[in-house]
Amino acid sequence: MTPDRIRAVLLEELGNIAPEADLGSLDPGADLREALDLDSMDLLNWIAAIHTRLGVNVPERDYAKLATLADAVDYLAHAAEKGGRSAG
Amino acid sequence: MTDFVMPSLGADMERAKVAEWLVKPGDRVKKGDVVAVVETHKGAIEIEIFQEGTVAELCAREGDDVPVGGLLARLSAPGEAPAERPAGPPAPPVREMPRAGPQPAREPKAEAPPAPPRPPVPPAGPRAKVSPAARRRAAELGIDADALAGTGVDGSVTLADVELAAQTHAAAAAPAEEPAPARKTRGGFDPAEMRKAIAAAMGRSKREIPHYYLTGTIDLGTALAWLERYNDGRPPDGRLLPAVLLLKATALGLRATPQLNGFWEEGAFRPGPGVHVGWAISLRGGGLVAPAIHDADRKPLPELMAALRDLVGRARSGGLRSSELMDPTVTVTSLGERGADAVIGVIYPPQVAIVGFGRIAERPWIVDGLVTKRPVVSISLAADHRASDGHTGGLLLAEIDRLLQEPERL
Repeated sequence: MTPDRIRAVLLEELGNIAPEADLGSLDPGADLREALDLDSMDLLNWIAAIHTRLGVNVPERDYAKLATLADAVDYLAHAAEKGGRSAG
Repeated sequence: MTDFVMPSLGADMERAKVAEWLVKPGDRVKKGDVVAVVETHKGAIEIEIFQEGTVAELCAREGDDVPVGGLLARLSAPGEAPAERPAGPPAPPVREMPRAGPQPAREPKAEAPPAPPRPPVPPAGPRAKVSPAARRRAAELGIDADALAGTGVDGSVTLADVELAAQTHAAAAAPAEEPAPARKTRGGFDPAEMRKAIAAAMGRSKREIPHYYLTGTIDLGTALAWLERYNDGRPPDGRLLPAVLLLKATALGLRATPQLNGFWEEGAFRPGPGVHVGWAISLRGGGLVAPAIHDADRKPLPELMAALRDLVGRARSGGLRSSELMDPTVTVTSLGERGADAVIGVIYPPQVAIVGFGRIAERPWIVDGLVTKRPVVSISLAADHRASDGHTGGLLLAEIDRLLQEPERL
């Protein structure tokens, strides 16, 4: 899966969680929780959506590695490449 | 034949608009069925019925604005012939809120024949007490303050009642201008209306409830370590949030201190029929709701987590059920990971307590005589001094702390 495709999926799912947000102007380096006012339930829902949509099961200890959109795209591109983290 | 009336979905609700009927005459209904969707300042709410029978007649139409206690539908009891209207004693009079001031036209003016003169609204008993500020404001707004239902001390009409009435009338007037069909979209609430409703409920709380406050700090080291092990290896859908542990421990603690779980009504405490925790959920765009998680003390953690997730989703997208707004026996507010260090709540009347958790943060802490780093959370209780004393409140906080030290038993 290409980084562009991953980014598109991530943004789509963020849009479901924060429908009022202007994702077009989201700084890829901004902390998502701060920028989109996400709480821990929102974050968990996003991680669950990533699992469903991209087949990557992000463990809790790695949440911090998905703090920004750019970080999340990197992390998920790597995870998809390795392919070892598929659905649980 | 029985009447099905608009339920009161909390101390801050006076009326609601029927957005959609989900049943029609002739349909059988049973306890817990969702029969209609109404629009309130909390968004679209699914109204459940708590009677069994057959729908005989829908008395309110979609788009109608109905006061709390106003007739929505009539039901015939199981076995009762649906058409036998005169069977049984006459239905008790509906507790209709007196309407005040000039009535907004309900139908579009163009097609309205000369309206028959409305029967005068009978005064509801003796003249209501009205506070001077309320009377002044009512005069400014062109509202008849004497016709309002008062929520102040001994039923007097207060400034908040007038403001709420003004806002309700504004809302009621709106549909007349756009003769559109009833809006059927779910979700969506008016932040300005919600603000006013919160103002009215919280104003009443601060005027009427003699709050007392207790605070403490709880070491969550053991609980969070247990949670990390629990979540490790589980798919995201199966994971728990720390909030669920706080919720369960609070619910169990309340079971042990029933004086803090229930309602202050008509000068006396009425214990809650179960531990139905109102969980405060902040809404995007402002405002909050605290719908009930029923029997939170008896749900295993995974079930509680699923309930919480479902509730947060529906609170934010619309689709809360009437029982969830009517049943909370206590409120819990948790600020989550990015909030302030501590929160001291305002009781939602007629409840008698609210428990608040601050942000979980790592702090220097003393364990076995040594200073070490631990995740801790502040806990607070605001409780109604008419219903309990600080000693009872202290027992609740101590019990919640004790329960959180044994997370595997929650």
